[in-house]
Amino acid sequence: MAKKISNKILKELHLRMVRIRRFEEEAGKMMENGKIPGALHLYVGQEAVASGVMQHLSVKDQITSTHRGHGHLIAKGGEFSKMFAELYGKATGYCRGKGGSMHISNMELGMLGANGIVGGGPPIAMGAAFSNKFRKTKQVAVAFFGDGASNEGSFHEAANMAAVFKLPCLFVCENNGYGEYTPQANHQAVVDVADRAAGYGMPGIVVDGMDVIAVYEAVEAALKRARAGEGPTLIECKTYRFYDHVGVRGMGLTYRTDEELETWKKRDAIIAFEARLLELGVVTQKSIDAIYAGVNAEIEEAIQFAEDSPFPEAHELLEDVYSVRTEA
Amino acid sequence: MSQAKEHQPRKLPYVAAITEGVRQVLIEQDNAFVAGEDVGRAGSVFGYYQGLFDEFGPDRIVDTPISEKGIIGLGVGASATGCRPILDLMFMDFIGECMDEIANQMAKMRFMFGGGATLPVTVLTMAGAGVNLAAQHSQSLEAWLAHLPGVKVVMPSNAYDAKGLIIAAARDDNPVFVVLNKLSLALQAEVPEEMYEVPIGKANIIREGKDLTILAIGRMVHEAVAAVAPLKELGIDAEVIDVRSIQPFDSDTAIASLRKTHRGLVVHEAVRFGGFGGEIVAQLQEQAFDYLDAPIARVGAPFSPVPFSPALEKIYIPNADSIVAEVRKTLGM
Repeated sequence: MAKKISNKILKELHLRMVRIRRFEEEAGKMMENGKIPGALHLYVGQEAVASGVMQHLSVKDQITSTHRGHGHLIAKGGEFSKMFAELYGKATGYCRGKGGSMHISNMELGMLGANGIVGGGPPIAMGAAFSNKFRKTKQVAVAFFGDGASNEGSFHEAANMAAVFKLPCLFVCENNGYGEYTPQANHQAVVDVADRAAGYGMPGIVVDGMDVIAVYEAVEAALKRARAGEGPTLIECKTYRFYDHVGVRGMGLTYRTDEELETWKKRDAIIAFEARLLELGVVTQKSIDAIYAGVNAEIEEAIQFAEDSPFPEAHELLEDVYSVRTEA
Repeated sequence: MSQAKEHQPRKLPYVAAITEGVRQVLIEQDNAFVAGEDVGRAGSVFGYYQGLFDEFGPDRIVDTPISEKGIIGLGVGASATGCRPILDLMFMDFIGECMDEIANQMAKMRFMFGGGATLPVTVLTMAGAGVNLAAQHSQSLEAWLAHLPGVKVVMPSNAYDAKGLIIAAARDDNPVFVVLNKLSLALQAEVPEEMYEVPIGKANIIREGKDLTILAIGRMVHEAVAAVAPLKELGIDAEVIDVRSIQPFDSDTAIASLRKTHRGLVVHEAVRFGGFGGEIVAQLQEQAFDYLDAPIARVGAPFSPVPFSPALEKIYIPNADSIVAEVRKTLGM
């Protein structure tokens, strides 16, 4: 399979995943040692999904994200410095410190927001897709959401409308097996969220979300369909989060077993992909090490930037509640 | 008199003023469209999109499924990416179906993104009791919206304001709710043919008076005007102000009036308890306490759902009589 995909793309897929993994590992440490305020929902374990999807998108294409949104923004081209600054609540952050982890966003990158509301994203992505069709652009909007969000009415309404209007839209379900702390079997009777696609009259596909190439290939076909005006596709990526729902160890709730976690960790998307790339001769251990070193240096610099940045000033509190009309 | 005939002002009913406002916006703004339930060939259950489907076609007059979360979500996503949607939320009571999309997405997106997103979206929705539609199709829930930083809320009481506020809302770069009233649909008023804006955030002095300021919201403006004559008989010369915009609220106009009259009354059709009138009273006592000769009175619906029975609904909705009764009670007359 991988033979059809150029070495350049394979390396980019790898880099995207490494960037997400390393950012999240550092962010997790900083949350748990109190350097970053609030709650972070970290993406470690799910990197293949964001990376495989975003490899196909330009900054003009839009995405809506979830509460677990850092990975989506990084894969969409987010800068570490502005991201760390936002997590710190600094004025130099992507949202001037007003959104934080749960609302991190950047319109220029087509990232229409992480979302603190489970199921908040799909209706907005559907709206962006409607706008793309209305304005006759070739842009596509992608809604990321979880197995938990697929039980929300907002997902149902968005999926139905995207299908009936044949919108250039993708619904990417990251099924990590848990809606917060509740296992999938306890929150829905279907095993495959993709089965629900039939109810909307759109194709539903299940892919291995720990295999970045599988994700990449599934999305390619779905995007072709979307851009051709044939409507949305639901792609369910079976994945797993290696960290807790919140933070790294989180609240220490006993809702899953160590054995289950270890089983999934053996399928780590990045380790598996690196082995594959080494085998194909696309990379060497030395070049992999160099990639990590580069990303680590970038993270260090970004954290320094965030630490050195000022907090927002009091007057900024009431700014941006409304758009103020400026007379020409 | 023949000259006056030449300048005969054109009168339109509220419903036709809405149609004209929306139509002119669609002509002016290429990136505007209407989306909602039964807005297309049906032209809305209230009739105000009649003819627009034939003129603008299905791409710009968009029939949606009965999916309020979807409709508001569509407006959020589309407005953030270059469109200027006009959404139709058929009955205001349906706001419960889409409160997350309104309160957590639409209202907060700009702020949460540090100013990164702009949402020029207008929502037309129908409020009000009086036509026997019972508890789930008759409410006035404007206070729910006014409590949300990030949205604007206007309530036109007449045809002129309906058209002008719709145009102002559509040209505004923020989410604006235009809360319409079903009993007002046939009310005629002078409505110029050209496009004009009624400024959002500006109250309108309907009638000047020197003894009492009545601040009325939405259709209650007409009940306040009807109360003027009986109040006059009691020796009270009432000033009537159409609040018109509740978010932002024009406290300047209200305070200037109170400084003159020294007495105030707020009236809305919404349930009195927790209604927007409480906010108005609080602002006025904070800013004009020294000018007051009496407590500011409030008139609103009783603390019950809107009843179906015509006999009960008649009692439920505030009117000129209840305004006069409240004035007498407050002033000890």
